[in-house]
This record gives sequence, C-alpha cells and structure tokens, in this order.
Amino acid sequence: MPLLRQLLHHKIAWVGLTLISLLVFTALFAPVIAPHDPLQVDLMQKLQPASFAYPLGTDHLGRCILSRLVYGSRVSLSVALMVVALTTVISLIVGMVAGYIGGKIDTWLMRICDVFLAFPALILSLAIVGILGGGLLNLVLALTASHWAWYARIVRSRVLSVKESDFVKAAIVSGTRPPSLMLRHILPYTLAELAILASLDLSHMILHIAGLSFLGLGIQPPTPEWGAMLNDGRDFFRRVPTLMFYPGLMIFTVSLAFNFVGDALRDVLDPQTERRTLTKPLTSKLQNG
Amino acid sequence: MKPVLKHITQHYVFRRVLQLVPVLFGISLVTFLLIQLMPSDPATVVLRSTNVPATPETIAAMREKLGLDRPLVMQYLSWLWRVLHLDFGRSFVTNEPVLQSVMHYAPTTLMLTICAAALILVIGLPVGILAALYRDSLFDQASRVFAYVGTAMPNFWLGFLLLYLFSYRLGWFSVTSRGSITDWILPAITLAWTPAAIYARLLRSSMLDSLSQNYVLYARARGLLERLIISRYVLKNALLPVVTVFGLSLAQLLSGTVIVESVFALPGLGRFAVESILNRDYPVVQCYVCLTAVLFVCINLLIDLTYSYLDPRIRLGRQED
Repeated sequence: MPLLRQLLHHKIAWVGLTLISLLVFTALFAPVIAPHDPLQVDLMQKLQPASFAYPLGTDHLGRCILSRLVYGSRVSLSVALMVVALTTVISLIVGMVAGYIGGKIDTWLMRICDVFLAFPALILSLAIVGILGGGLLNLVLALTASHWAWYARIVRSRVLSVKESDFVKAAIVSGTRPPSLMLRHILPYTLAELAILASLDLSHMILHIAGLSFLGLGIQPPTPEWGAMLNDGRDFFRRVPTLMFYPGLMIFTVSLAFNFVGDALRDVLDPQTERRTLTKPLTSKLQNG
Repeated sequence: MKPVLKHITQHYVFRRVLQLVPVLFGISLVTFLLIQLMPSDPATVVLRSTNVPATPETIAAMREKLGLDRPLVMQYLSWLWRVLHLDFGRSFVTNEPVLQSVMHYAPTTLMLTICAAALILVIGLPVGILAALYRDSLFDQASRVFAYVGTAMPNFWLGFLLLYLFSYRLGWFSVTSRGSITDWILPAITLAWTPAAIYARLLRSSMLDSLSQNYVLYARARGLLERLIISRYVLKNALLPVVTVFGLSLAQLLSGTVIVESVFALPGLGRFAVESILNRDYPVVQCYVCLTAVLFVCINLLIDLTYSYLDPRIRLGRQED
C-alpha cells in the first residue's frame, strides 16, 4: 500500500499509529491484560493506593482501576467505530441521492441537512440520549443523528464534482445505467474520501462519547467507560485525584493519537496544504461543537 | 416590481435572512418531534413527578390537559403557536414557566461565554500572529504543540486538573463561588482552551496565506515599514476568515458550557439542561434545545453578514447569479 508507506515517512504518524495499535491490542486482549474483573466490587479494598495487586489502585467500590481502563478501551473504540460506520452509510445514501438525482429531491434533502446542522452536535446528542435513555445503542443513535448531516453535505459536493469528470461522462455516453454508474463509478471515489474524513473525526468522536458519559448520559454504570469513570471519581477526587487523572489521560492520549494520524494522512493526501495542517478538520471540529 | 422593492429583495441581507425561515421551521419540527422519542407516556411522567397516583382516570385527565389526545399535527401546531408567543409550557418538576427558569440561569452562561470569548481573542490573536511572523521558530513549534494538546484535551478533564492544581494544591482560587470575578477564571480557561488553540492555528495559516500575496510583495518593494505592512495589509486580510472562525467558536463555546458548568458546579443553563434531562423534565429540555439552535443559527447569520460586509466580493458576487 503506497499510502501506508508514505504515511510512515511522517514521524508523527508513527507515534499515532503505535499508540492506536496499542489501544486496539488492549481492547482485543482485555481479558488477558486486565489483572482483575472490571466489575468486581470489593468494598474492603475501596480507594486503595497503587499496589502490586492493583497497579493503579482501586475506586470507591474497590474495583481495579487498571482493569476498568483496559476494558474501557473496548467501549470507546466500538462506539466510535459504530457511529462512524453508521454515519458513513447514511450520509452516503443521502449525499449520493441528492448529488446524483438533484432537482427537488436535492433541495429537500439539503434543507433537512441544514436543519440538523443548526443544532450544535453535543446539544442535539445530549437531548436525544437524554430522552431515549442511556446505553450503548442509544448513544450510537444520538451521535449518528447529530453528525450525519455534515458528512452528507460533503458526499453531495463530492458527487457533484465527480459527476462532471470525464470518466463519468464517458460512462454515460457508453450507455452505463444509473445504478451501475452510481455504484461502480461514483461510489468508489466518494467512499475513499469519506472513509478518510471519518477516520480523521474519530478523535472528536471519542471526546464526544466520553463527554456524554461524563455527564451521566452515555454509557451507564457499571460498564467501564473512561468518561463515566471520570464522573464516578468526582466525589473523591480531592482525596484520590488519580481516580480522575488516569481515565482523562487515556481519553487525551487516544484522541491525540488519532489527531496525529489524521494530520499525517492529510499531509500525504494533499501535500499542497502542508501549511494549513490542522485547518480543515479544525473548522469541522468547531462546526461539530 | 417597483425598483425599490426589487432592490430590497435582491439585496444579500434580505435573501440571507429569508433563507432562515425554512431552517427555523425545521428546528421547531425537530424539537417538537424529539419529545415523541420518549419511551414512556408524558402524562405518566408528569403524574409521577407531581406524586399523583397514575390511575387510568388521572392519566386520561392529564392527557387531555396536555393535549396528548389530539392528533400529532394539531399538537405540533398548537405547540408552535405557543412557542411563537414565547410560551414553552411549564416545568414538570417545579411547575414554573420554562422560559422564566431558563432566563434565570441564562446570565451565568452568558457571563461564562463572554469571559471565554475574550480569552480566545487574548490568547488566540497574539499566538496566531506571532507564530506566523516567526514561522518555524521555537515559538511556532510551541504553538503547534499547543494546538495538538488543545484539540485532544477533553475539557472536563482539563477542568478537574485546573481545579486540583490551583484550588486544592495552590489555594489560589476558592472551590466554591464567592461572587467575585476570580470565580470565572478557571471555568473560562477550561472553556476557552480548545477553541483558543484552534483559533491561533487558523489565524497563523490565514496570516501566512496573506503574507504570500502579491500586494505584500508590492508593499515591500515600495519600501514600506514591515510594521505597517503587517498591520495595514496582512492582518486586515488575514482577519477575514478569522471572523467566521470566531463565530463558529462561539457556537462551540455554547455547547462547551454544558460540560464546564457541570465541572465547576456553576448555576448556568447547561447544567440546568442536564439536570432537567436526568429529571425527565422534557419541556425544559425542549426549550433549551430549541433556543440553542435558534441562537446558533442567528450567530451564523451574523457571521455571514459581517463577512459579506467585510468582503464585498460575496455580496456582489452572489447577486449576479
């Protein structure tokens, strides 16, 4: 893969990819890595400092913090990936239909997008998850509902520009039918760009998931999730600041790692914007609230 | 059409404001339908929160009182009518008019947002300008690190780190509010951190763009003072895109207040909204979501209008098509 080879020329990509590989490894082999059951309550052992048995100490219910952090990586990663996958599918359908068919359908679909873009993402997802109730599935739904419109717009504009390209015109002239035109000629181009865009957004997604869980609205206890762990640690953080320090550090590191890879990826794909590193996804980050 | 009328209808401002109408309508529809997602019956929720036993009779009475027995379209229209008269109903929990409670909590959020917006400018502007002027210097590298750290830092974590360090360890700020200006320092820093980092980075790239333009070359060739070139030409043009970004960061600040108010236990709108969600006080949630979206749309409108005022190409360019 030439893309990967180019990517590895970036020092920063190395750092990011290493961290992400570590994270994926941790998530996959959580039962092997974690020294304890993340849900096992032991009130005799509550708020213990770091020891040999509990490398990072225990929380207010005597649960092993390290084990909870390890299992937490599963939740954050899987929710983020599910949201990205679902958002990609929805926005591809909406964006391609709007961009390809055009006309009234396009106008209406874009109006709907405008409405969804009018809500700051955090606030819309907060309300949805608050009304539907917490839990993994609802969290995925809420995040998708608050992010799809932005992607759909990008797909649409991409489809509009691909439609004008010579290879699509050639396909039309040679009698390709619309379904095949969309699936075989237009889709691959849009999909590649969208996949990259979505992976750039993973850092933002991880922060968003953790933020909702921190407010008590995302993943519900006792499931180990980093944002929820921070929330749990609030009452004790004066005495045991590590309860909040470690989960936060995990969120920070993971989000940093995804940003590193994202930046390197953009440099590779679009060397002309070298100077504007960070600019494009940053604006998107602001728009997403 | 009469020339004056035609002039008005073709005016950029008029058309931009007109675009707002369908969006506002959509916002109201989404906010209304949001409540329909609720897994339980609103009438039961109200009865439960007012401690009235939920018998079939009381439920039916409450359904009628809330208008839930009518078709959805009628419910929406009457809701919309009331909302247009700024009546968002009464809170399920306190039975006070929702808008009144919202107005009660709004000043805190407003104050926090203003402090944070000021911080963004105070930090973002100089950092962005200096990083561009001394490109690839140590300072520029530091600002790059600041950008990375800023975008990856979860604000709830940053808030607790600041609280721990400055309030508990160093004792510079009191943990509980004393009603003085210093109460706002830590929350404002927490809220402004990420947008300030992004802002500085964007200003830097915008400055670099502007520095590489021909008019700068020309100004230099004329032998103008570098200081004058920067302040009169480069900065003025570099600030254009930055206006947009500042508006966008205002929107980010608005959603950031939800988390920051929760961390610092500030009695603001965001915290009120989260509490209402946890209490299943849906009229409050509805009002909050609706008002935020309207505010967000209005901010975007203001940005666009400011931008078109600053950059005549937009206003005139669109008139042609």
